[in-house]
Order: sequence, then structure tokens, then C-alpha cells
Amino acid sequence: MSQPDLIIHDEKDNVGVVVIETTKKGQDCSAWIMENDKTVKVSSMNEVPLGHKIALQDLKEGDTILKYGHDIGKVVKPIKKGEHVHVHNVKTKKW
Amino acid sequence: MEIPKSFLGYKRENGRAGTRNHVIILPVDDISNACAEAVANNIKGTIALPHSYGRLQFGADLELHFRTMIGTGKNPNVAAVIVIGIEPKWTKRIVDEIAKTGKPVEGFHIERTGDIGTIMKASKKAQEFSQWASEKQREECPLSDLWISVKCGESDTTSGLASNPTVGNLMEKLEPFGVHLCFGETSELTGAEKVCAARGATPEAKEKFMKTWSAYNDFILKEATNDLSESQPTAGNIAGGLTTIEEKAFGNFQKIGNLKFIDVLEPAEEPKKGKGLYFMDTSSAAAECVTLQAAGGFNIHLFPTGQGNIIGNPIEPVVKLTANPLTAKLMKEHVDCDVSKILSREMNLSQAGDELIKTMLRVANGRLTCAEALGHREFVMTKLYRSA
Repeated sequence: MSQPDLIIHDEKDNVGVVVIETTKKGQDCSAWIMENDKTVKVSSMNEVPLGHKIALQDLKEGDTILKYGHDIGKVVKPIKKGEHVHVHNVKTKKW
Repeated sequence: MEIPKSFLGYKRENGRAGTRNHVIILPVDDISNACAEAVANNIKGTIALPHSYGRLQFGADLELHFRTMIGTGKNPNVAAVIVIGIEPKWTKRIVDEIAKTGKPVEGFHIERTGDIGTIMKASKKAQEFSQWASEKQREECPLSDLWISVKCGESDTTSGLASNPTVGNLMEKLEPFGVHLCFGETSELTGAEKVCAARGATPEAKEKFMKTWSAYNDFILKEATNDLSESQPTAGNIAGGLTTIEEKAFGNFQKIGNLKFIDVLEPAEEPKKGKGLYFMDTSSAAAECVTLQAAGGFNIHLFPTGQGNIIGNPIEPVVKLTANPLTAKLMKEHVDCDVSKILSREMNLSQAGDELIKTMLRVANGRLTCAEALGHREFVMTKLYRSA
């Protein structure tokens, strides 16, 4: 049971959360999926700090971000697999 | 882990039990704060609970004020109460309701006496109460005497990943012992409201939750100048990686584990349907929420934090936990229970839940929380609208 670089809540999720202090650009990250205990790999495109999210697939404007297996917002700028996902490219569907 | 069946608490006249033994000096209104603080300064073993309101409020807002005052006095963590207000009528209303618990309570009003005379009279009674309370001993109480409230703050993604699920794990393990449980934060369930409503144990509970949430959401939509993006998520949440209110809500929701809630409470309302989980309609601001839950009668609080909220409450001990390893390291003096090893997979959720149960019971038995040791006594009234 090695220490993961990212944790993914649910198999359906298209983002994972960084759980190390920061990822390095181009780092090959191991991502542990809590729901099914599997591990997948994703290469981090940016330096992403602890607690921030990385895309697990390419996403286009209007796509839905899934975390906990649920809708947590919409993509407002295209996102590449491995890219930092946050307020600059994702917005709430509420309010 | 075998869960202990009891803790050491203070048995009260009405059958409840406290984890603390406070003698409080409760001002009815803002202008009685000075008097209340002077009494608490005179008499050791008492604490004043100053706040900002209590004049010219009306309707539901005034009722909430009374409910919060009365509930705070009735809380089993309080041994005895001195109530001080400017006028006799409102002071007496609060005294009479607290007296129904059977605990010592006495009211004083300032009009026609002035601060100095009131301070003298109230101090004499406070001394009597303080010395009386100091002889109370902790006794073995069943776990079911614990009324546990929860609220998270300065959340980040580690809250939803680990510290909130740790609280959920504790809830799942302790519910069978007949404890009362309470979660709140109406606005911070936005995005997860339908999933949350589905956790109502009855159709009435589900419907009541949706009605409560919708009323809050309508109010926010009416008052918001643009959207809530400056407040929800907060700057601290965003720094911690939370992007939207929906993401925050699903993280928040992890605190109740797999439980169902049996009823929806008004702010500061005491639960009346027996053991189990309740949802209380509260603000998501930490001090307001905990003050309301304490007024509802809850006697110990669990507070998961991501980026490091530092809140405490004067009468309800606030046990803080974090799964963020940086917070655990940089803000060590605020963290009662460190569950950051979940993220490195050196600890699983069940082990973290056990650690939190152990920490909570030590606090229930008398260990000071970090917030208590650091002197955090945030007592914040919720105000619904402008005064008359």
C-alpha cells in the first residue's frame, strides 16, 4: 500500500485530488481510486499543490466535472488530461 | 476497537448530563454586556457570554433570540445561570424557562438600579452559584447522554476526502448507542440538496428539509448582488482546492456517514424525537452554527477543518480534527485529532474514526480542547433581519 500522489473518490470521477505537497511538471502520478481500490496513472501537466484537482481526461467547454460521482460544476475553458482544474476553468452551476 | 459504554459527566436535575460544569453570566441584550462581564470578573469560576443583540428585535427574529438565550442556559454543560438584562420582563422570561430544568438561575435587571448596584447584587448570587457548582463531581454516565453536534470549517478537499468521512465513521459507530447527533449548514448543502433530502428517514423529514433549503436558497438569490462566489466557497476554501459550492457541499455531506436524519430543527430548537440524527437549519458561519447547536442542547462538538479554522464555544467543547498534513504541522496548537495519515494510506477510515472516538471521550471526561486551552469563546447570535 504505497502512498498515492492523487486520490479519486469514485470510479466515475473525471478529476483526482493531489495528496502530496505538490506535483512537479510532467510527474507521473499514481492515483488511488477509493471506491474500487484500483490505481491509475496520470501525468501532471503543471505544478499542482496539495488539495487541488487534476483532470483525468480531456474536457471541453460545457462538460460536467464529476467528483464523489456527482456533478460539481461546469467546464468554462477546455481542459487537457493532467491539467490543473480549478476556478480558472470550472464554475458552479448554482447561483 | 471496543467502544467504551460510558463517560464521566455532570448529572443535571432534569436527567441530562454535561461534559462541562460552567456557571454562566448571560446578558439579555448588548447594553448589559458590561455588567455581565464585571460580575464574571469579580467572581472566579464564572464566565460572561457577551453578544451584540437583544434590543428592538421582533417576530421570528426575537423568538430566535429568546430560544438561543434560553437554550444556552438550559444546556447541561451549564450548572447555574445569572441572567442580566436592562428590563425586568424579558429577563424574567428567560429566567423562568431556564428554571424549568431545575438548575439554579437568578435574574437581575439594570433599570432603576444602575450598573454598580446590579453588579453588586448579581455578584453575591454568582459567588453562591460558583461555590455550589465547584462541589459537583463527575459521575459515570451512559454514552447516550452525549449529544454530539458537527460542523466543518475552512474546508478544503482534504475535508471531503478524509476528516469529514472520519466524523461520518464516528456517527455510524455511535448511533447504535443511542446518542443524539446534529448537523446543519443549510447553505453549504447547496448542490447536494437532493442527495441530502433523500437521507430523510420519513417523507415528512425529506419534505421539511427541501422546504428549509429552498427558503434559504431563495433568500440568497434575493439578497446576492452578483453570486456568492466571494463567500461560497471562501478564499480559504479556494486556496485549499475547492472550486465550487457543489464540491464543498458533497464534501460537507460526508460528515453524516450513511445515516438518515429523523427530523429538521429550527435554529436553536431542542430535538424532541429521541435519539438519532437531526438536521438543524443554521448559517454556515462556524460560530453562529455552533452557538445554535449548543442552544439546541448539544454538549460536545466535532469540527473537521482543512485549512485551519480556530473556533471555540464558551459552553460546548469544540473538538477539532484535520486531515491536511500542512495544517496539522503548521497549526498544531489548534488540532485535537490529526487524521492526515489517511491521505498517505497509513491509516484507514475506521482507524481514524476510532481515534476520533477516543479523543472525543477524553474531552467529554474533562480534557480541555485546544480551543478551550487557547481561550476561544465565540458566542455569536444569529440575526434573521433588521430590528424595529
